[in-house]
Amino acid sequence: MTTRKRLVMTIYLLFLLVPIYWLLIMSFKSNQEILGGLTLWPENFTFDNYRVIFTDPSWYMGYLNSMSYVVLNMLISLAVALPAAYAFSRYRFLGDKHLFFWLLTNRMAPPAVFLLPFFQLYSSVGLFDTPLAVALAHCLFNVPLAVWILEGFMSGVPKEIDETAYIDGYSFPRFFLTLFIPMIRPGIGVTAFFCFMFSWVELLLARTLTSTEAKPIAAVMTRTVSASGIDWGVLAAAGALTLIPGILVIYFVRNHVAKGFALGRV
Amino acid sequence: MSLSLEAVTRRVGRETHIDRVDLTFEPGSFNVLLGRTLSGKTSLMRLMAGLDVPSDGRIVMNGEDVTGRPVRERNISMVYQQFINYPSLSVYDNIASPLKLARMAPEEIRRRVHEIAEMLHIEQFLARQPAELSGGQQQRTAMARALVKDADLVLFDEPLVNLDYKLREELRHEMRSLFATRNTIAVYATTEPGEALALGGTTTLMHEGRVLQSGPTEAVYHHPLSVEAAKLYSEPQINLFEAEVRGRELAFSGAASAGEQGSRFVLPTPLAGIESGAYRFGIRPSHLGLAPLADDDLEFAVTVDIAEISGSETFLHVSNDDHSLVLHLAGIHDFAVDDAIRVYAPAHKLFVYAADGGDGAEQHGDGALIRSPERPTTTGGGLA
Repeated sequence: MTTRKRLVMTIYLLFLLVPIYWLLIMSFKSNQEILGGLTLWPENFTFDNYRVIFTDPSWYMGYLNSMSYVVLNMLISLAVALPAAYAFSRYRFLGDKHLFFWLLTNRMAPPAVFLLPFFQLYSSVGLFDTPLAVALAHCLFNVPLAVWILEGFMSGVPKEIDETAYIDGYSFPRFFLTLFIPMIRPGIGVTAFFCFMFSWVELLLARTLTSTEAKPIAAVMTRTVSASGIDWGVLAAAGALTLIPGILVIYFVRNHVAKGFALGRV
Repeated sequence: MSLSLEAVTRRVGRETHIDRVDLTFEPGSFNVLLGRTLSGKTSLMRLMAGLDVPSDGRIVMNGEDVTGRPVRERNISMVYQQFINYPSLSVYDNIASPLKLARMAPEEIRRRVHEIAEMLHIEQFLARQPAELSGGQQQRTAMARALVKDADLVLFDEPLVNLDYKLREELRHEMRSLFATRNTIAVYATTEPGEALALGGTTTLMHEGRVLQSGPTEAVYHHPLSVEAAKLYSEPQINLFEAEVRGRELAFSGAASAGEQGSRFVLPTPLAGIESGAYRFGIRPSHLGLAPLADDDLEFAVTVDIAEISGSETFLHVSNDDHSLVLHLAGIHDFAVDDAIRVYAPAHKLFVYAADGGDGAEQHGDGALIRSPERPTTTGGGLA
């Protein structure tokens, strides 16, 4: 690479990283310093903002709540989408293509459309303000996506492998769990990643379907607005912490995602 | 263990993929299904395996009707054209999987897997993953898995197509020895007449979802009962021309093919006894010659279209207004395009078929075999 190319690349990367850098240094500053003026590095490096988050249950429960519905949603989406995608990839049935497209149209409607029915329904069946409520609501857009991605991966596996397994004497459940799922592992990794991502960043449904018990971190963050103004430092620390689960997930699936982009339908 | 198909038909939507097929396979026999792509070979195999259910007809195994029985409950195995192995299992586990599912004792499994791996020369790869093997080794693994469990019926769906030439020869040779001592019905689908001849056993010719002819390989090759069968079982394709027999005379249909003797010949002796009428004659490319071998050889005045030289053989494509012929000549022959030459067809090598709608057709049916050449007495033959 020439020096010039390298220079352009470096500038581009710096440009991308500026907001994240700013978030990080803010989280290590005191409120006075944040509001005081422009400093590129904290004058008084402090962990106080993080201490607030890790000691106050109303803060850290926000993370736990978010995690619980995200993980729950990932599990439900995969459990539902795996058999559905298998059916779409292996069988021809009446209206299969229409059904497949209709599934995708669920992603086209803004979540706000489904807000009122979900709110009313969950309130009346006693699901309101539970992680399960949010996890189920997020299935609305995650299940179609998961089916779509997994179907691409499954269609890449020749049907003859299924048949050979039946000829060898495998029962369907045994074949599916011990042979088929390992074959599409990259696809499952990619699907889990996308489910995680969309569920983690979604705010509207998550905030509306919870009040106190299952409040997600994004909703908790609005709490910092108080009579004495905004607690900038704690807010920045909370923001920095929301990046961590995403980084972890990407770290674990990075190889699969690269492979998945190359092979499947992403 | 015997298998018979009784008027088996399979329709998919409006199309008929398999049309009233009656076949019987004897225990311990090696059967070749020969047909072009889309002739129904794979469809028929899938019906035999139980992967598909026939729309009509019965499949009987050992006197027992197994028509609707799912594939898991039949003792069969199948090798596909693609190399199908379980990618997440090692070669050993791939081969062992049918035995494990049959709940065989671990020592017995180990003994059998090693035995079959040795026969197929893959014992040094048992610890590897299928993805780490070459194509030939992958297909050997698939074959080992199919053969390890002593199935009643083993189906091979063009298993050697995706392999290189040398490997095909080698595996084809092994194939016959693998089945020599087994009491299994082997069914092998191929598009190549040469492969069918090399494998021997019985040959079944498939065309458009129907069985054209079935019988011992030699018999089918030397007596193809219809024009279609002769076309199928000849490589390059058999030469066909129309001619009329009038008493003691034979005349080519069409006027343009005048040779030295014109387009009329004295009816050659080997064809004596054929009633007057229109016929289709067939002759294999290797039987056509550039010089007459006997006085009553049929003569064609033609021009050269192209001469394909492959190694030490020449495929010479020639034509005139009425005929288009291929000669399979030994040795290298150089011809320029549009050279005018004469080509001779020995009368005793001619196949005679009833012409469509001709006089013979009323008695024998359209395109039915009326006369086939005598069997060659020498060992030379093969595809010749």
